[in-house]
Amino acid sequence: MADKVLMKGNEAIAEAAIIAGCRHYFGYPITPQTEIAAYMAKRMPKIGGCFLQAESEIAAINMVYGVSSTGHRVMTSSSSPGISLKGEGISYLAGADLPALIVNVQRGGPGLGGIQPSQSDYFQATKGAAHGDFHMIVLAPASVQEMADLTVKGFELADKYRMTSMILADGTMGQMMEPVSLDYDIKEMPEKPWATTGTNMEREHNIVNSLFLSPEQLETENFKRYERYKYIEENEALYEEYMMDDAEICVAAFGIAARVAKNAINAAREKGIKVGLIRPITLWPFPVAPFKKAAKQVQQVISVELSMGQMIEDIRLATECKVPVTLCNRVGGMIPSPEQVLKAIEDANGGAK
Amino acid sequence: MVVFDKPHALADVSMHYCPGCTHGIVHRLVAEVMDELGIEGKAIGIAPVGCSVMAYNYFNCDMIEAAHGRAPAVATGVKRALPENIVFTYQGDGDLASIGMAETVHAAARNENITIIFINNAIYGMTGGQMAPTSLPGQVTQTSPYGRDVNHCGYPIKVCEMLSTLDGAEYLERVAVNNVKNVKNAKKAIKKAFQNQVEGKGFSLVEVVSSCPTNWGLTPQKALEWIDEKMIPYYPLGVYKDRSAESEAK
Repeated sequence: MADKVLMKGNEAIAEAAIIAGCRHYFGYPITPQTEIAAYMAKRMPKIGGCFLQAESEIAAINMVYGVSSTGHRVMTSSSSPGISLKGEGISYLAGADLPALIVNVQRGGPGLGGIQPSQSDYFQATKGAAHGDFHMIVLAPASVQEMADLTVKGFELADKYRMTSMILADGTMGQMMEPVSLDYDIKEMPEKPWATTGTNMEREHNIVNSLFLSPEQLETENFKRYERYKYIEENEALYEEYMMDDAEICVAAFGIAARVAKNAINAAREKGIKVGLIRPITLWPFPVAPFKKAAKQVQQVISVELSMGQMIEDIRLATECKVPVTLCNRVGGMIPSPEQVLKAIEDANGGAK
Repeated sequence: MVVFDKPHALADVSMHYCPGCTHGIVHRLVAEVMDELGIEGKAIGIAPVGCSVMAYNYFNCDMIEAAHGRAPAVATGVKRALPENIVFTYQGDGDLASIGMAETVHAAARNENITIIFINNAIYGMTGGQMAPTSLPGQVTQTSPYGRDVNHCGYPIKVCEMLSTLDGAEYLERVAVNNVKNVKNAKKAIKKAFQNQVEGKGFSLVEVVSSCPTNWGLTPQKALEWIDEKMIPYYPLGVYKDRSAESEAK
C-alpha cells in the first residue's frame, strides 16, 4: 500500500500527468486551475520536460497539437472561457485523430461569468466543443484521488483511441485537499507509426491532417471515427452506484454534486426513504445501462447539477422517458446544499413526513 | 548528363497552383535547400490555411496541416518535443499577418528555433481575392472594391519591420521571386533561414514578395512587373535583422 499524501485536486492532476509520462504542458493563466500550471512550471524543468506559458489558449492548444503530432504525451488545462477558445484546436485534434489530455476546471458562465464552481460546460464537453461531428472522452472526478486516477486513465484512453480525453472537474474539485495515493502501473504507450518525427529517409512521409476535400473521403473518415466511438460507448462507460439495490428514487449526479447528493441520500435513508445514487464517471460515453435498469425500478430520477439542467437530457434519453426526471440545481458558482437535495428527495417521496 | 532535376525533397506530383503563381518557385527553393543541407529526413513542415494549404502533399518530408494562422504554435510544440529535428512553417499573408499574428509575434519573441517561409502576395488567394493585411493602399480586391481606403480599414502591415523590433527574432529578410536575380537572393535567404536553425540560432523568417496573377487580374508577366512597380516600393527588399551578423560586427 503506497503512502498517501495530502494534495490539492489541481496538483494531483499535474503530478499524475507526470507519472503517466506527460513531459509537455502548455497553458494560459485562468482561475480556478492555475495551480496546475504553477506545479508544472516548477516540476517540468527538473525532469527534462517542457512547461511553456502560451500567449493564448488558442496558441496553447495548437502547441498541444504540435507535440501530439510527434507522438508524445501532452496536455493543457484551463477553465470554462479558456476552453471555449481551445474549441478550434479541439476540433482539429479530432479531425486529425490526435491524442491529448485537456483539463477543464469549470467556473460559472456564460461569458466571463464568475470564478466559483460550476458544471455548466457539460453540453460543451459531451456534445459541442467545436464544429464538426466528433466526441471527446469526458471524465468527471469526484475526489482528489479520482482527479489523479482519471488523469492517468485519460492519457491511456487518448492514446488507445487516438482522441482527446477531457477531465471535466470544477472549482471545488480543483481547490479541495484530500489524501491521495499516486501508485500507478503505467501501461506502455501504443506504437504511433503515424507520428511526424522525420522520415530519416527510411519511409514515406507521414501527414497529420484534417483536410479532406473529397466529400466521399471525408464521409468515410467520419464513419470510421464513429465506429470507434461506438466501440467506446459499448466498452468504456464508467459509473458508481450507491444504495441502488432497493432504491425507489434515483439521484443522478457527478463530480462535487455527487458528494452533496451522497450526504442527502444518507440523511434520507435515516428517514426510511429508499433512495440511491448513480454517479456517471464518464460523461461521454454516458453510462446508459444503469439508467436503463433504474427506469424499470424507480419512480423518479432527480438530476442534481451545478447547471440549468444539462446532464438531465442524457438521463431522459437513457431512461427513454419511462420515469419522470426532475432537476435539483444551483448555478452561477452556487452549490446545492444537502438539505436542498434532501428536500427534492422528500418531494419525490410524496413530501416531508 | 542531367543539368536540371527535381529536388528530392519536392514530391513528384502536380500542384494545384494557378498558372503564373510563384508558390511553385518558392516550393522548389525550399526543397532545394532541404536537399543541399541534407535535412529532408529530419524535417517536419507545417502547412497553413490558404493557397498553400495542400503543401503537405508537395514536400517529401513529414508534414502537418495546421489550423488557420496557428502554424507557429504548432511548430513550437513540434520543436519543443523534437529539438533535434528541423521544423518549418510555410504561410501566406492572411494566415501569418492577420488571423495568426499573435502566434507569429510570440514565436519570434520566444526566439523559437524554427524557420518560417512567409508568402506575401497582398491578397487572399484561396478564397477568391479578398483584402489581405498586406494589401496595398488603394488596391482593389473583392472586399475593397473601391480600393483599400486606409481611413476606413487601415494600413498594410510590414511584417519584417515590425518583427525587427523584437529582441527575440534572430533573422528577418524580405526577398522577391519576380526575376532571376531576386530568385537567387531568395534561395540564399531561405538557405540561411534553415542553416540558422541547424546551428541553433533561433527564429528565422523569410518574407517572399510574391504574385497572384489570378486575383490581381493580371497576366503572369504583368503580375511580375507589378511586384517591381507597386509591391517592392512599399515592401523594400533586404535584411531587417541578423542578430548573429550584428554581434559579429561589434
